[in-house]
This record gives sequence, structure tokens and C-alpha cells, in this order.
Amino acid sequence: MRNIKAIFKKELYSFFTSPMAYIFLVVFALVNGYFFTNTFFLYDQSNMRSLFSIVPLVYLFFIPAVSMGLLSREKGLGTIEILSTLPIHDYELVIGKYLAAFALIITALSTSVIHYITLSFVGTNIDHGAVLSGYLGLALMGGVYAAIGIFSSSITDNQVVAFIIGIAIVIAFFLMDQLLVFVPSFMSTFIQYLSTGFHLSNISRGVIDTRNIIYFASMISFFLYVTTQIVSSRKWS
Amino acid sequence: MLRVDNLSKNYGLVKAVKSVSFELNTGQIVGFLGANGAGKSTTLKVITGYLSPSSGNVFLDDKNIIDHHFDIQKEIGYLPELNPLYTDMKVHDYLQFHAEVRGITGSDFREALTRVVKDCGLQGIVHRTVGNCSKGYKQRIGLAAAIIHDPKILILDEPVTGLDPNQIVEIRQLIKKLGQEKIVLMSSHILQEIQATVDRIIIIHNGKIVADGTSDELLENSKGTTSLKLLISEAEQESIQNIKAVIPSITLQSNVEGDNNMKEITLDYPSKSDPRKDIFEYAVKNNWIIYEMSASKNNLESIFRDLTNNQEAGDA
Repeated sequence: MRNIKAIFKKELYSFFTSPMAYIFLVVFALVNGYFFTNTFFLYDQSNMRSLFSIVPLVYLFFIPAVSMGLLSREKGLGTIEILSTLPIHDYELVIGKYLAAFALIITALSTSVIHYITLSFVGTNIDHGAVLSGYLGLALMGGVYAAIGIFSSSITDNQVVAFIIGIAIVIAFFLMDQLLVFVPSFMSTFIQYLSTGFHLSNISRGVIDTRNIIYFASMISFFLYVTTQIVSSRKWS
Repeated sequence: MLRVDNLSKNYGLVKAVKSVSFELNTGQIVGFLGANGAGKSTTLKVITGYLSPSSGNVFLDDKNIIDHHFDIQKEIGYLPELNPLYTDMKVHDYLQFHAEVRGITGSDFREALTRVVKDCGLQGIVHRTVGNCSKGYKQRIGLAAAIIHDPKILILDEPVTGLDPNQIVEIRQLIKKLGQEKIVLMSSHILQEIQATVDRIIIIHNGKIVADGTSDELLENSKGTTSLKLLISEAEQESIQNIKAVIPSITLQSNVEGDNNMKEITLDYPSKSDPRKDIFEYAVKNNWIIYEMSASKNNLESIFRDLTNNQEAGDA
């Protein structure tokens, strides 16, 4: 636990001592703010559906960019050798870094709370439960994408390559339920179940189903496990 | 005591390290010498737990690196080759990160920080960003991070590469000081540096240890020769030529006539033997007047070349 905390702190430190985190936070807030307010008064509805539909799209580029350097930068700089020879388990390294990226995502997501505050002033009959479950869904989706991001960062020492691989995998999972018409019918339920968009839409409706929670948790666990195995594989190179 | 036991490491089909064995004791600075690609860094990486051995093992007291790598890593301070650092961190924060991972926090960290800042001469740059420090300072920061937990074993991979002569002397002094109470294993391909710093030298070539001993032992055991320069007068040419018959181990290398009846002769003999007493007695017997007598042993460089070239010939 102590090591996870140390890695987490170091990673957050490197996010916030470079302009990267600030640029991401500002861009994230501006893009979400623009698309939310653009349609909010037009639809004249007291909900945050438009925000909850735009954030997943922003995530597609935002999260691979946040997580692209998590491990690839260590490999590129050679500092992975320092980390690997410290008394830190590989899983602690991966979890510490993952949590730092997740914390940045949650910080970015929390900038959109301002729209909720606006809504609570101007709106009527607000379904607070749906808003909360929507945020939960976005947080979990961010968690899955961050796990995919750290996985793609672990397989290369080039941040740009990690970014592109990250986007490719994230988009694949996002679009899976849009492509069901091309999939044989016996596989469609399975493919739909793998899609992040499908589970997010369930949660956003205000229904917190354990199946959705299990999906998000197992996706995160799977990618973190594979990442840990990849980090450990250096020993047998 | 650190014991490397029949250690081998393969990268695919390439055998980088082949059955290497040696022991290191506390209070000893050991130089790990070898050409580029000889297997130095690979051996160090296995000892530090960065790589797993293909066969063999590394023992620290009764623990081995395969089953207890975590425990052994706690006792090791490692400065990798090229000294990778987090350039965006402040020196203080970088050292704090290392300390935290080692479980050193609060007042213990402040004490450790004071110690390494003093030992490594980091006064004045503690609050500077690592990336803005000079190469010499960066090397010291790497070293400070490696010793922040006062480890039993210090492993330094090419610690002086790229430093200027003054910085080299400073780092050397620091390593010598640390070596008094730790096991220090440092690799280098700079022979003079190794000779000046270490108590014992291990030479590795093509993944195998080809020599192990003190600098003097290596010189003694080498097939190399020592050259003895004599500046004499009153010596008959015949007596000079006859010296070989009286002292068979020597070879007359040169015989130059100088001014004022002086002669400068050079005699070679195997470094293992020391016929200087016999030469002196021969000179007295033949009424030579000796103005100068100086022996120059083969240096480490020629031994290194001998060992590595012979090995190559043997392998081929």
C-alpha cells in the first residue's frame, strides 16, 4: 500500500508539474462546456443527457492522451530500470500509476459539476439520482479507458504509438454495440455485452445493475492484470 | 556476503553471461571490468533483480534472488548505466520518492537527506529541478538516491562515464568512502578508473570471468613482462651480452650507447619472477656503475588486452 501511494504521488506530481495536466483539464472543461450549453437551452430539458453523451466521445481522445506516457515514458527514459530494482511489486507499480491517471480523469470530470450546479438553479424536477448514476457510469467508463491506456502504454516505449494503440482499442470497445448489424446474431449479445457504451447507457438511465458494475470492474481488472504481466515479462527478455 | 553462483543469462539464442561465479565481502570495492557487450551490465541487472537469471542464482547471506528478490532489493542501492532520472522532479522530491519506497519517512527521511546531501555534495541544489542540474550533479543525485537507505550493497554501472576529471576524482573519493562499510561492485571499461578505485578486479569477457584478483595479483599472474631500464657505465659490451647466460629468465631488449661511456640497456623478464637482485649482483661482479635502475610493470591495459584477445582466440 505504501508503495502504491508513493508511485501514485510521484505520478500525480509529474502530471501537475508539467503543463500537460492543466492543458487537459482546461480543454476537457471547455469542450464539454461548449457541447453541453450548446444544446441545453435548445432542448429546454432539466437533465444532463447531452453532457453524458458528449463526455464518452471526449474520453476517446482524452484518456489515451493522459495515460500514453504512464509506462512508455519510463521505458523510453530508462527509469523503468530504477523502478524495477526498487522493492516495489510490479502490480503496485501498475496500480499506483493507474490510480494517478484515474484521479486526473475524475478531476477533469468534476469540472463538469458546474453544469449540474447551473441545472439545479435553472431547472425544475431534476432527477438527481439519474445525474449521480450518470456520473458513476462516466467514472467507471473512465476507469476502463485508463486501464486500456496503461495497457497500451506498457507494450511500447514510444508515447505516440501508445496513444494510437490506446485510441484504437478504446474506440473498438466504444463502437462495439453500434456494429451489431454486421455481427452474426448468435454473437450479438456477447459483443453488445463487451461494449462500454451499452453498459454506460444502462447506468445513465439511473439503474445501477450489478451486471454493469461487474462488467466495468472485470474490464479494469483484466487490463491491469495483463499490464502487470507485461511489466513483469522484462525479466525473461 | 553476496555470492553469485553459476549465473547464466540468455537473450533468446544469445548467451550474454555464461556460468559466472564470484563472492563479494563487506568492506571491499570490486571493479567489474570488461569490453562493451562483455556481459557486465547484464550480470549487474540480474544481481539487482531487474532481470531473472536463465540459470544459476545470486545469494545475499542465506537469501536468493529468485525466491527473495524483494528482500535482496531492499539491501541494494543501484546506479544504472546512463543514470536515468526523473528530470521534471526537484532533487528533494526525487530523493523523497526513493526514501518513501524504502519506508523512510518523517524525521528519518530528514536525517537520511542530510546524510546523502553531505556525502554526495548536493548542498545548494536540493531545491533545483533535476533536469536543470549539470551532468556531474545528476550523477551525484543518482548516487544519493542509491544510498538514501544506507544499503549493504552498492552496485554502480559505469559511475564515472561522461564526467570531467575533477568530478571523477570526487565520485571516486565518495565511492572509496562508501566502500569501507559496504559491498561495492562497480563496472567500468575505463581501466585507469578501476585501478584507482577498487580493491579487487573481476574481468569478464564474452560472458565469462577471465580474471579475478587484486590489481597486483593480476599483474603478477599475467603472461606479461616487466621491463627494467638500466643506465650504466664502465660496462664491457661482452659482459652485457653474457648476462642472458647467467640469468636465463631475462631478455636483452635494447642496448644503446650513450654519451660519456654511458649505456642504456633494457631487460625484460616475466612479471612473475623478480631477478633484480641477480642483475645487481652481476653488475657488481662485472664492475658496472649503476646510475639508474627502474622497473616498469605491464599496466592493466595490456593485461586486459591479453586476456580478452587470448579468450577470443580460444573461442574461435
